[in-house]
Amino acid sequence: MAWETVIGLEVHVQLSTKSKLFSGSSTRFGAEPNTQANIYDLALPGTLPVLNAEAVRMAVRFGLAIGAEIGKKSVFDRKNYFYPDLPKGYQTSQLSFPTVGKGSLTITLDDGTTKTIGVTRAHIEEDAGKSLHEEFPDATGIDLNRAGTPLLEIVSEPEIRSAKEAVAYLKKLHSLITYLGISDGDMSQGSMRCDANVSVRKVGDPNFGTRTEIKNINSFRFVEKAILVEAQRQIDLIEDGGKVIQETRLYDADKNETRSMRTKEVANDYRYFPEPDLLPVIIDDAFIEEVRSTLPELPDVKAQRFQSQYGLSAYDANVLAAERATADYFEEVVKGSGDAKLSANWVMVDLQAVLNKNELTIEQSPVSAAALAGLIRRIKDNTISSKIAKTVFEAMVAGEGDADAIIEAKGLKQVTDVGAIEKIIDTVLANNPAQVEQYRAGQEKVFTFFVGQVMKESKGKANPAQVNEILKSKLAGN
Amino acid sequence: MNLKQGIADISRALAKGEYSSVELTRAYLAQIEAQNAALNAYITVAPERALAQAEAADARRAKGETGPLLGVPLAHKDIFCTRGVRTSCASRMLDNFIAPYDATVVEKLDQAGMVTLGKTNMDEFAMGSSNESSWYGPVRNPWNHEMVPGGSSGGSAAAVAASLCPAATATDTGGSIRQPAAFCGLTGIKPTYGRISRWGMIAYASSLDQAGVLTRSAEDAALLLQAMAGFDPKDSTSADLPVPDYVAALAQPLKGLRIGLPKEHFATGLDAEVEQQIRAALAVFESLGATLVEVSLPNSHLSISAYYVIAPAEASANLSRYDGVRYGYRCDKPQDLEDLYKRSRSEGFGAEVKRRIMVGTYALSAGYYDAYYIKAQKVRRLVKEDFTRAFEQVDVIMGPTTPSTAFPLGSKSKDPVTMYLEDIYTIAVNLAGLPGMSIPAGFVKGLPVGLQIVGRDFDEARLLNVAHQFQLATDWHTRTPGTQA
Repeated sequence: MAWETVIGLEVHVQLSTKSKLFSGSSTRFGAEPNTQANIYDLALPGTLPVLNAEAVRMAVRFGLAIGAEIGKKSVFDRKNYFYPDLPKGYQTSQLSFPTVGKGSLTITLDDGTTKTIGVTRAHIEEDAGKSLHEEFPDATGIDLNRAGTPLLEIVSEPEIRSAKEAVAYLKKLHSLITYLGISDGDMSQGSMRCDANVSVRKVGDPNFGTRTEIKNINSFRFVEKAILVEAQRQIDLIEDGGKVIQETRLYDADKNETRSMRTKEVANDYRYFPEPDLLPVIIDDAFIEEVRSTLPELPDVKAQRFQSQYGLSAYDANVLAAERATADYFEEVVKGSGDAKLSANWVMVDLQAVLNKNELTIEQSPVSAAALAGLIRRIKDNTISSKIAKTVFEAMVAGEGDADAIIEAKGLKQVTDVGAIEKIIDTVLANNPAQVEQYRAGQEKVFTFFVGQVMKESKGKANPAQVNEILKSKLAGN
Repeated sequence: MNLKQGIADISRALAKGEYSSVELTRAYLAQIEAQNAALNAYITVAPERALAQAEAADARRAKGETGPLLGVPLAHKDIFCTRGVRTSCASRMLDNFIAPYDATVVEKLDQAGMVTLGKTNMDEFAMGSSNESSWYGPVRNPWNHEMVPGGSSGGSAAAVAASLCPAATATDTGGSIRQPAAFCGLTGIKPTYGRISRWGMIAYASSLDQAGVLTRSAEDAALLLQAMAGFDPKDSTSADLPVPDYVAALAQPLKGLRIGLPKEHFATGLDAEVEQQIRAALAVFESLGATLVEVSLPNSHLSISAYYVIAPAEASANLSRYDGVRYGYRCDKPQDLEDLYKRSRSEGFGAEVKRRIMVGTYALSAGYYDAYYIKAQKVRRLVKEDFTRAFEQVDVIMGPTTPSTAFPLGSKSKDPVTMYLEDIYTIAVNLAGLPGMSIPAGFVKGLPVGLQIVGRDFDEARLLNVAHQFQLATDWHTRTPGTQA
């Protein structure tokens, strides 16, 4: 019987507040070690936390975006464990009363079907610092710049059933948090980190198998690979008569395998208790409504609008609405060009290919939305053909200027003058009498040969529709 | 120059120009130099800082500035961080710790123009009731050097009682201001939880710790509290409430005051002679127009048990930061991380601190949390409700601060539970977060007796008023070691 993978994800999202969760230190990434750690971050005696209200607001934004219950009274707790990059000896987190309760989000799979995944909770907590093991011989360096940075830990229900669904869930989360402006979602800088709880069971089995937790996976691709390889490891183990042990594992991307972490880590008793240095956070309806009123149009709603307003297919609308930057870019192109379908195609196909090839985000696009709209306008007003447009686009990518300048400089303007086209056609027909005979004898497929010759002769600039029309008329003997 | 004067008298003398702050400060420094070795009241004396502050205060006064605290010396309990001057919390762990910041309490008193003479001894991390757990050795009671001064603020109490300063800051988590006040014949007030900022005050049990003062009189306490109290944006648990005029409130007559006497505080365990003194003091209040009402605090007998779960639980986390990594004591040549932790903490903390860390760690561990921590929190609510009910009938609650007078050094230090029982009348007040005071109310065999006064939330003005009126009618608070034996 077939196996089924059961996955629950815990995603740590770094909230993009200017200062830390409980201190005024900056959260900027990449500063010199320990230059962004003040006396609270260093846990000097007598220092006290002061909650960053912006972090709570961001958590509430997220909660509202996934239709979650918002904790009217959320409580911070101390999670106790010793580690050099945890200066206080405890992490301030939320255990029993998180700011965000049960909610859900809907993912779209590659085949276009959708699935709703439950979110158990999302709680606010502080990040730890970093231990630097490699830089110092016989010692460990500690960088506390990251210590105290606000995180939102988003915990899913174990309702994800494949590595692909897991990736779709993460992409949806990424889309939401960037739409909401609560995080840059940059996985390479650790702004979004994922722990995956993975177990396997026979299809139809109502009980869950024993799960393992894969810690700190830092890219979408690795999440997919780690889950696949871990699920297979568990299946092989069980089929060989073994048993899965509940443990924490690490994914090694180089070897594409998961490895057991020290089991000691798992046996930690964190001795949570309510943080006595902070008051409970009371969130009233007025605050919730105020936050709700500032929510942007979210991806699902936007995709719906793209379908109704622009007549896009559901697939195109979802792709374009998935990331806020892409959606904004697309809408600017539509605004400038006046043609939604052409805009959608250019953004999704031609522009995307360039971005993929050069590993750029749409914010880094070499062609601005206004410039792309300018190109599309020239297709629409028949200045250039779609085919020539690709040449112009390439030149735009290469930085040769805007569409009009390139068309002008390269002389790519489409020929629409009937006299000029007739002249070319006459020459082509005169030079190919045999083919003319064939056509007139009923071999109509020769027609494309003539079109090709005319386009070649015009260096691609002749208006294809006019060429067709005039050619047909001439071949008919008129 | 009379070094036995309190703040109010010194303030008047400075204003009249009888002496300068520098002259006064030099006199106190000389007194400390002469007598501290016998008492061990100070851990650190800071003559340079003190004289610089005194000079600055004199300069401010010369420019026409006035203020009741301007140029007045005091000592800080070594739990308050002082920029540039060692803050040890009486622990080997922080023997080398010099904070780069001032506690809010220190900052406020500095701004008022006060002169910091030094840092006073205490029980290590404020854990103790006899000042015997200090890394720097025990403090002796100025009334009788064989006796303890009480704890944890024993150094502050001894320093004030021996006139090594006119007043001192202190902290109270379970009785650490009131019990030493009682043992040393001083006025001590622990305000309502949240009344004074905890920023820069080294944490023992965060939900119970509160700063206060040890002084010669209620008037002195009012003057200090006026400068110390108030909301601090750096302490989220500090109360955002206006601070009343404590000094103005002192004069209110006591006619009609209803005083509650918890029957549980006049029961078995209370020394008969101490009770006699307390009853006599209560009679004084009656003569001032107050009425005595018996009240009950039925859950107060659970306070010590609840306290010794909650306080150690919080302490176990609060003291985790002392790990030998960033500052403080680090063991010699650590072999690896675990060795660093184990030896730094084993060697850096004293026995009582380690005991409480272990008790707290145990109380919070999986499987015991509900039975201990949660249950203790329930008791805490019951204790608070007891007081709420009592305050429906009365304005203040009075009784003995301690069951007996100061006990001999070494007599209880081997038996933690006996020591913990020292705080039987004071601890419930911390659990309830209420303001509490102890004032001198007589002597038994040459040792001072303290009367405890407990008030409603944020009713410090009333406590100070009640104490002040008593002190106008009595002279117990004016006695100093040597004048009464």
